[in-house]
Formats: sequence, structure tokens, C-alpha cells
Amino acid sequence: MLVEKYKDRIEKTLGKYPDKRSAVMPVLYMAQQEYGHLTPQAMQEVADICEMSVTQVKSIAGFYTMYFEKPKGKFHLQVCTDLPCALRGADHFYAALKAYLGIDEGEVTGDGLFSVEHVMCLAACDQAPAMQINFSYCTGLDIEKAKAIIEAIRTTGEYKP
Amino acid sequence: MSHILLRDLDLADIGKLDVYVANGGYEGLKKAVAMPPGAVIDVVKASGLRGRGGAGFPTGVKWGFIPQDNPVNYVVVNADESEPGTFKDRQLLTGNPHQVIEGALIGAYAVRARAVYIYCRGEFWDLAHRLDARIEEARAAGFVGENILGSGWSCEVYTHLGAGAYICGEESALLNSLQGLLGQPRLRPPFPAQKGGGLYYEPTVVNNVETLANVPYILANGADAYRKFGTEQSPGVKIFCVSGHAERPGNYELPLGTTFRELIYEHAGGVRGGKQLKGILTAGVSAPILPATDAVLDTPLTYEDVLNAGSSLGSASIILLDETVNMAWAALKMVRFFKHESCGKCTPCREGCYWMLQLLERLNRGGGAPGDVDLLDEVAAQMIGKCLCALGDFALNPARGTIQHFRADYDALFEAAGEVEAEVETEPVSEPVGV
Ligand SMILES: Cc1cc2nc3c(=O)[nH]c(=O)nc-3n(C[C@H](O)[C@H](O)[C@H](O)COP(=O)(O)O)c2cc1C
Ligand code: FES
Repeated sequence: MLVEKYKDRIEKTLGKYPDKRSAVMPVLYMAQQEYGHLTPQAMQEVADICEMSVTQVKSIAGFYTMYFEKPKGKFHLQVCTDLPCALRGADHFYAALKAYLGIDEGEVTGDGLFSVEHVMCLAACDQAPAMQINFSYCTGLDIEKAKAIIEAIRTTGEYKP
Repeated sequence: MSHILLRDLDLADIGKLDVYVANGGYEGLKKAVAMPPGAVIDVVKASGLRGRGGAGFPTGVKWGFIPQDNPVNYVVVNADESEPGTFKDRQLLTGNPHQVIEGALIGAYAVRARAVYIYCRGEFWDLAHRLDARIEEARAAGFVGENILGSGWSCEVYTHLGAGAYICGEESALLNSLQGLLGQPRLRPPFPAQKGGGLYYEPTVVNNVETLANVPYILANGADAYRKFGTEQSPGVKIFCVSGHAERPGNYELPLGTTFRELIYEHAGGVRGGKQLKGILTAGVSAPILPATDAVLDTPLTYEDVLNAGSSLGSASIILLDETVNMAWAALKMVRFFKHESCGKCTPCREGCYWMLQLLERLNRGGGAPGDVDLLDEVAAQMIGKCLCALGDFALNPARGTIQHFRADYDALFEAAGEVEAEVETEPVSEPVGV
């Protein structure tokens, strides 16, 4: 249970706001990190912590793109294909990346390591093509650099920015 | 010239508190707390500083709206930075974070706020956690918390992470999001500065990161020093984010009033590969595109001049598009963004984005019917001024702007039907949101 495992973090988070409901976003992130994605159990725990109904928590989780209700790869790659990046080759980069990983959007590689998604502008347009690996920026890419990063993750099991 | 905002370019370690303080950091706050709050507002009013988040509203005037006698006021820093082509706030918060914190604290003192919330877009996860550490440093030095610098005034500073929604950059949606409500805009009035309109319905100042980064300089050096840069109506310096087909994309801090030509050709190295410049977007994807004519290139980058040229300076996110771009494709990309980001609350925006995207996808696939371009223009025109927030008005600009200036590009799609098909992504059209 989150309340037991992250007691201090949760209390600190609740302490930032005059009402508990404001903590729903940070607590959803905690739940997602704990369970990998937002399971019904996770939503219920968030609802209890923030004194909201599960329906309210679900509607918040559904509104934002960074909360996942389905499992993703251990390393979720979010590639920007918005206009400024696309002007610098992001669509081709994204297609090549999917081909290299052998997956399409929404799928996870067989080893459970990678999933991909195209996203809107990441505020890194001057270093296009750009992506996020989980919560870390990875910019100034081309497909060869991306392949090297993916292979490094496969060998070491972690991503070091 | 050394930088006022992007000081990390002059001093790589300016992000560290000791380096920041050794180079004049927190002097502005010290000066401010020695003055009555109203006098701080007067200095910012005199500087003519205008909001850098897009609307260009005078910052001092905004602060002046806050009722000084209200017991609970807030300052919210808008670090949602999600407009395509905008990446200045990320550099400021990464490279020179204390200056943003100091600016926010000066604002908080001026309006007698008891807390500052820095709302960072979710993708700024690492950045927000580093910012938490910077805030703690500032607290240890007596700049944050109880009885700041012995002034008797106390103020907390907190970060809050969004989770991927452009609409949460719109101030009233941002406030809802911070309150744990759906991040959709509120009906105004009451405005955020008024009782009933702000965070927890208390009077609240919402300012962009870059706006606040200017404030320490203004307090430390005075309004006149700041007015040495820029023009009468657009004083000061501005960070121009240059992206797209630039030889050297990046952030350039320059006085307002610099021309497009100087920014693009002297600072950003011109167009990549020596190609011809065709179109310029000035406010990310939210304002109408301008054709790269000599008249446009000689336009000074100020709020008033860019408006006169037929667009808007907005956040000064300058996207360059060269001669190889078909502007109907650029419109498709931009409308896809708005279709994805429309929060679904107002029907004209939700449905308008959906139908504009349908039409643009059909046109770009080469399967457009004659009359589609006029229909697209008409759908866009029907959205004008019909929504609770400005997203609805932003969303119609890609189609209208490209049709107005580059109609030939749409015609070319008919002529080249079949050839272009392979170039267009075949992403399925999804259902409109919120239905
Ligand atoms: C759809 C939409 C998105 C916006 N996104 C941002 C943003 O990411 N950052 C920002 O500072 N302002 C953004 N704004 C403008 C804010 O509503 C608000 O005007 C601004 O934060 C005020 O600060 P300023 O006066 O310092 O510019 C957005 C507005 C709209 C309508
Ligand atoms: S458009 Fe890709 S990061 Fe901005």
C-alpha cells in the first residue's frame, strides 16, 4: 500500500497544499511508479489518500497523457513529431526507430523493455529530433545515436542521460 | 553584451546559489523587501515589462489588480511551456533557476502572497526535482520561508508537476489543474487577480517564467536601466526561440525591436543549407504564418510591429519554414496539435479542430474535393471568438494563415495528387475528444 510504503513522501506532498485534492497529480505519479501503470487498485488508493471518489481520480488520470492505464515498456520512448521537429526529420526518425525496435505505437517489445509513442512538442525543438526516455530528455538524435542508446540500455538495464 | 536572462551563457555555474549571489543574485529581492509593496509594483509598472507568456499584458498593472488587504494571495509561475517551438523557460529554469525564484519572490512580496507555486509541465520532471533542491538552498540562505530577510513577511515556494496537457498553460486551466480539478478553462470574470477567480478562488498573479526572470534586474538596476533596451511600447529584452529550418536553432536573448532579418540571418545563421526562406511562424503554431517577404524581414520584433504585420509576437517562438515546405502539410501538422490538445469543453473548438483535421488529412492525402479549401477556411472562420479560452482562436490560425498567404500550395496538392500520398503519415483519424 502506498500510504504505508511512502508515508513521509505522501505527507510532505499533502503539506504543500491547503486541500488534499490538490495532491491528486503527484500522488498519481507515485502510484504509477509503484505499480508500473494505474491499476484499479492504484486508483482506489489515490482516491483514499486525496479524499476523492475513484470516478474523480479516473477522470483526472484520463485527462492527461502522462498517466497510463495500460502497461508500457520499462523504458517508454516518447518521440516528438510536432512541426518544428518534423521540419528537422522527426517523422523519418520516428519511423526508423519503430522499425528498429520492431514495434508499432502502443506495443511493447518482447523482452518488455521498450514501448514507443509519438508526442507533441517537448520544449526541445532546437535539438530536434528529440524524445523522452521515461522522464529524461534525449535530444539531438539521429537513428544511429538512438540505436546505440537502445543497445546500451539492453546491455546495462538502465538509461544514463 | 552580457545577458540579463540567459546568464548561464556567460557564467556556466550561475545555477548554483553561491555563484548567483556572488554575481548580484538576490539583490533585487533585498531592495524590494526594504520598500513598501506598492513601491515595488510602481517600479515594475515604470519598467514597462510585459508578460512573456504570450499575451504581453503589462506585469506591474497585473500585480496592481491584487487587493493588498486580502489575507491570502498567491503567485503562480507558469512553467507549462508547451507551445510548439518554445524552449526558453526550460533553459532559464535549468541554467539560471535562482533568478526565476527571485523574480517570483519579488512578485510575491509585492502582492503580499503567502505562497508561490511553480507549475511545471510533466516532462520537466527532472528539472522540477532539481528546482526543489534550489528552493531548499534559497530557504537555507533566508530567501524563502519565515520572515524573509528580516522583513516580517513569510512565503513558501513549491513546485507542482503537470502531466501532459497544453491547455494547462492557459492560466485558468492551470489553476484548476493545480487544485486537482480537470485542467479545463474557467469562465471569466472573475479573473485570477480577483477574489473568486484565482488559486483556491483567492486573488492570484499568474506569470510566465521569463516574465519573472526579468524582475530581479529591474529591481536591482531600476526601471530606466531596463528601458534602455527595446522600444517605448515593448521595453526590455526578450528571448527568441528559433527552430525549424534555421542553420543554428536556439535561444537568442536580444532587445525587443531587433528585426526578423537580424535575428534570423545574423544570430541564427540564416536558413539551413542556404535555402530560400518561405514562411515564418512568430508565436509557435498559435498565430498566423507570415510570408518571408522583405517587408516582413525588416519588421522589428515588438508586440506592436508584429501585430501590424498581421501576426502576433506571442512567446516569440520563431519557426522557420524554407522553400521545400508545402504549407498545407505544415497546416496539417499544426491542426493535429490543436486537435490533440483541445480540452473538449467548448463545442466550436472541439468540433472545429476535428473537422479541420479531417479536411487537411484528406487534402494532404491527395483526395481532396474541389471546394475543400474554401470549406476549411469557413470552418476555421466559424471558430472566431466563440470559446472560453484563446485555444479556440489559436487553432484557427494555421488553416486561415496558410490559405491566406500560400493558397498555391493547396492547389499544388490537387495537381500532384498521387505523388504526395507516400509523404503523408497515415495516422488514423481519432474520434473527437470529449464525446
Ligand atoms: C492555450 C493556451 C496555452 C498557454 N500556454 C502557456 C504556457 O505554456 N506558458 C505561459 O507562460 N503562458 C501560457 N499561456 C498564457 C497564459 O494564459 C497567461 O496569459 C500567462 O501565463 C500570463 O503570464 P504573463 O503575463 O507573465 O505572460 C497560454 C494561453 C493559452 C490560451
Ligand atoms: S517540436 Fe519537438 S520538441 Fe518542440
